[in-house]
Order: sequence, then structure tokens, then C-alpha cells
Amino acid sequence: MESILEFIYVHREMIFIVILSVFLGIEIISNVPSVLHTPLMSGANAIHGVVVIGAIIVMGHAETTLAMIFGFIAVVLGTLNVVGGFVVTDRMLGMFRNKQKRRS
Amino acid sequence: MDELIKVREILQFTLGGSVLEITYMIASILFIIGLKMLSHPDTARRGNIWAAVGMALAIISTIVFHQQDGEHIGNIGWILGAIALGTIIGTLIAKRVQMTAMPQLVSFFNGMGGGAAALISLMEFPHISQALITRHGLLNGQVLVILLGLMIGSVSFAGSMIAYGKLDGKIGDIRSGVLRIVNIALLVLLLGFIVYIMSLGQVEPSNVMYLVYILFAVSLIYGVSFVMPIGGADMPVVISLLNSFTGVAAAMGGFLYDNQVMLTGGILVGSAGTILTVLMCKAMNRSLTNVIIGAFGGGASGEADQDGHIKQIGVPDAAVLLNYSPRVLIIPGYGLAVAQAQMLCHELDKLLERNGVDVKYAIHPVAGRMPGHMNVLLAEADIPYDKLLESEEANQQMEDVDVAIVIGANDVVNPAAEDDPSSPIAGMPILQAYKARNIIVMKRGMGKGYAGIENNLFFDEKTNMLFGNAKESLQQVVNEIKNM
Repeated sequence: MESILEFIYVHREMIFIVILSVFLGIEIISNVPSVLHTPLMSGANAIHGVVVIGAIIVMGHAETTLAMIFGFIAVVLGTLNVVGGFVVTDRMLGMFRNKQKRRS
Repeated sequence: MDELIKVREILQFTLGGSVLEITYMIASILFIIGLKMLSHPDTARRGNIWAAVGMALAIISTIVFHQQDGEHIGNIGWILGAIALGTIIGTLIAKRVQMTAMPQLVSFFNGMGGGAAALISLMEFPHISQALITRHGLLNGQVLVILLGLMIGSVSFAGSMIAYGKLDGKIGDIRSGVLRIVNIALLVLLLGFIVYIMSLGQVEPSNVMYLVYILFAVSLIYGVSFVMPIGGADMPVVISLLNSFTGVAAAMGGFLYDNQVMLTGGILVGSAGTILTVLMCKAMNRSLTNVIIGAFGGGASGEADQDGHIKQIGVPDAAVLLNYSPRVLIIPGYGLAVAQAQMLCHELDKLLERNGVDVKYAIHPVAGRMPGHMNVLLAEADIPYDKLLESEEANQQMEDVDVAIVIGANDVVNPAAEDDPSSPIAGMPILQAYKARNIIVMKRGMGKGYAGIENNLFFDEKTNMLFGNAKESLQQVVNEIKNM
């Protein structure tokens, strides 16, 4: 119990961020039109690719070969998530925009 | 490479680690702004780019400035190599994929993120701070964060891969009540296992590594069996849910490294993803627990009365009917997309407009395989935005519609949702095509829809069935109208 309390104390600022981010996330998404559900899901999908930073840190401090291999795979997977996510979202949204331009 | 390291040392000396924190802050703000802009049609594309810029900033400054116990990031060559490899593969896949395959792709990329999160936890477990272990044993926040990250990441990875396979038609559904019980048991087992590992007390983390590998394996199995029984129309909900799972897994990494950008990015996606999941459930009038626990469409219900007769219509008749009706409403479904008939649909639409027919499209929120998927597909075919009606608007006008032409859609026009309380889709808001004066249904055959249930609309006396591949049928109708 004590250790959990200590964890909360040490990370109190992080926990604040978590609480505020939860509400922020809900607030941002609540009014989205259903047209944008797919691009939004895909865009959000790219953002959680931020996990690649953790993978870079693991790999950057890897000492054993196993850690290197796993780290390498993790960085590749994370980058796939980030790059693929953003590119495909851009492609989808590009279709919406072209058409709007032509109309105006 | 050496120069990069030198530059880094100079920058580090003059600017200190605070640069890292500041770029993380900027990146977090860019994520928030990006997400906000993504939820408005006019700014969506720029929002996506801002978020991508934030991500690039965060990644670059991590490589350059990050320090752990006074040590810089090493193995830079390998890291850059891995990033390059991921970038090339990611871009190639993202550029080449068909728009119809979008749900699979989102699921696939999502799985990649989950896998990365799981691997990080796996690697970090042996490095848990010694000071914490001597004071508290394994019962400390760091262990909790690592194990949760491992579990959620692996479930997300395995689940997303199964979802990918299912949507791609590579894996079928397994629908059995047994699996439901197995799932609950597995979940309890997983959580219990985490508690067990944490209760081990003061042990060397590397000595209990085998337990962590077992947790990893069981989480993967759970991910598979979690998604396996869910099928049909519920798939998008699962993808969205797994998306928020990966967000949470990334946030666990944020706790682990005291890394604000991972935390904000992860939690934002986690909460936004959850809300998106709930919104999707609402669009189908189902509760989330219902989606997860109750397998879809497997019940004995939906055995509609089949005594009604099916009326078929030939291509020439259909062409005449369409051409001489003042108001036509096109109701596209996934079948249209599969047949790649969006362009032809637009051609038909232009042709009819020229002949004085008023043509509109009615888009059900879950038409296609993801909410909003149909809008993307029609946008690809250059169909003007203002011709697309949302469900409610379309239903209000339905009685004045002379011909409702249903192309490759099924469940979203099934009247059973309104009048058969025992139907698996009961209560789902539908497009009330049955209210139109005439209905033409283009369909490959009498097969059931994605939810696997019978559709009484096809037996309606106002309904004319035009069997065949949507693309070929449309082509024939278009040719017929041209020759008139």
C-alpha cells in the first residue's frame, strides 16, 4: 500500500496530466461529425505511435543483443504505426479537400 | 554519425536537457491542436499535418537530447536504420492500399503500436530500479506500469491482428458460448497473475523473467480470443476500442520514462478513442458490454418469414424506372465499395441529373465497414459533398422519393431493426428505404448481410431485385440510359 502511495506521490504531476488529458480528449472528440469518424480514428491511431519514443529509449540503452533485436523490432513497429497512420490519414483527407476546392 | 554525436554534445552542453522538455511540451500541444482540427472537416488535413510535425519534433529531440542516468542514446545508426525501415514500409503500405481496405489498415497499424508497447515493457522489466526493489520488493508502481503496459499492449497487438485478418477475409468468426466463458476466465487469470508477480517481494527481476514471458503469452492468447467471437457489424467498434487500448499502453510507457509526450499522446488517444467507441455504439444502438460479451448475429432470431415473393427486375426496366422518376435516392453500402463501383455510381448520377432527375445519396453512419467509411469512398469518386444526406435528413424526405436504389447495402435498410424486437439489430437506426415509392435493390444474390440476418425489405412488394455484381449491373444500367 505504502509503495503505491509513494508512486502516486512521486508521479503526482503525471497523474494530473492524465486526468486533464482524459477530459481534454473527451471534449475534443464529442462533437465530431460521423463523416470524420474514419479519418479521426486513423489520425488518433497515428498519435499513439508516440510509443516509438519509448522504443528509441530502450534501443538507445540496450546492452545485450536480445535487447538490441527487440528494440529494433519495437522501433520498426512504432515507426510503421506513426508514418503509416499519418500518411494514410492525409490520403483520406486529401480526397475531401480536393473536392471542396473544386466546388468553391 | 560521429558528427551527429559531436553536435549533440555541443547542444547538450549549451542548452541542457530543458530543450527536450520544451520540445515535448510543444509536441503535446501540437497533438491536442491536431486532434481538435481533425474533428472539423475544413481543418482536418492541416490538423493531421500538425500532429505529424509534433511527432517528428518529439522523435528527433528524443534522439538528440534524451539522457538516462547521464547517458545519451546510443546505437544511433541502428535506431535511424529502424526508423528508415519503418518509414519506407509504412509509406508504401499507406500509399498503395485501396480505400475499401481502410478498416483493416487502421487495425494493422494499431497492432504495430501495441506490439511496440509490449516489447518495451518486456525489455524494461529487468531494469527496474534496484532502490525500489530493496525498499518495496516488486510491489511498486514501476512494476505495475510495466506489467499493465505489457498486458494491454499485447492484447492490442494480437487483437488487432485478428481484426485485420477477419476484415481482410482471412480469418472467420468463431461464435460459441464457451469462448465467452474462456474470455472472462482469461481476463481474471491475467489480472491475478499481475497481482501474483507483484506480491513476490524482494526478488531479482531477471530471476522472475519467465513469469513475465508467461504473462506476455497469455495476454496474446487473450487478445486472440477476445476478438475471435466478435464479428459482423461490431468490428469497427472493436477496432476503435483496441485503438484506445494502444493509447493507454503508450501512456504506461510515459509513466515508466517520466515522459510527458508519451503520456499526453497516449492518454489523449485513450480517452478520445473510448468516446469514439461509445459514439459508434450509439450509432448502432448497442451498448459496449453488449458488443464485447454478446456475440453478434449468432442467435436463432432473424429467421424472417420467407413466404413473401421476390420480384426481379431487368436492366432495361430498371433504367426506364430511374430515368423517368423525378427523385432518386442512392443508398450505397459496402457491396458498392467491394465491387469498386463508386465511379460508375457517380456516372449514373451525372447521367440522370442531365436528364432532369434529382439524385441524392443517403449515407448511413455505419455504411461501409467503419463509421464515415462510405463518405471517404464516395469522396474518392468525386461525388459532391452536398449531395450526401445524413440518415435523419434522408428519412424525412423518403416518402417523396420515387426510387430508392440500394446498392450493396443490406443491414442498414433492414426494417427488422424497427419492427422485430428479437432481431439482433433491433433498435439500430436505419435508412427507411421501405417508405420510398419504389425500391431497387442491387445485390449479388440472396446472401445475408454482414450481420448475418434475413432482410424483409427484399420481400416487400415495392421492391425490385436486380441481381448481379454491382459494377456490372450499374454499367448495364448506365449503357441502357445512354441509349435511350
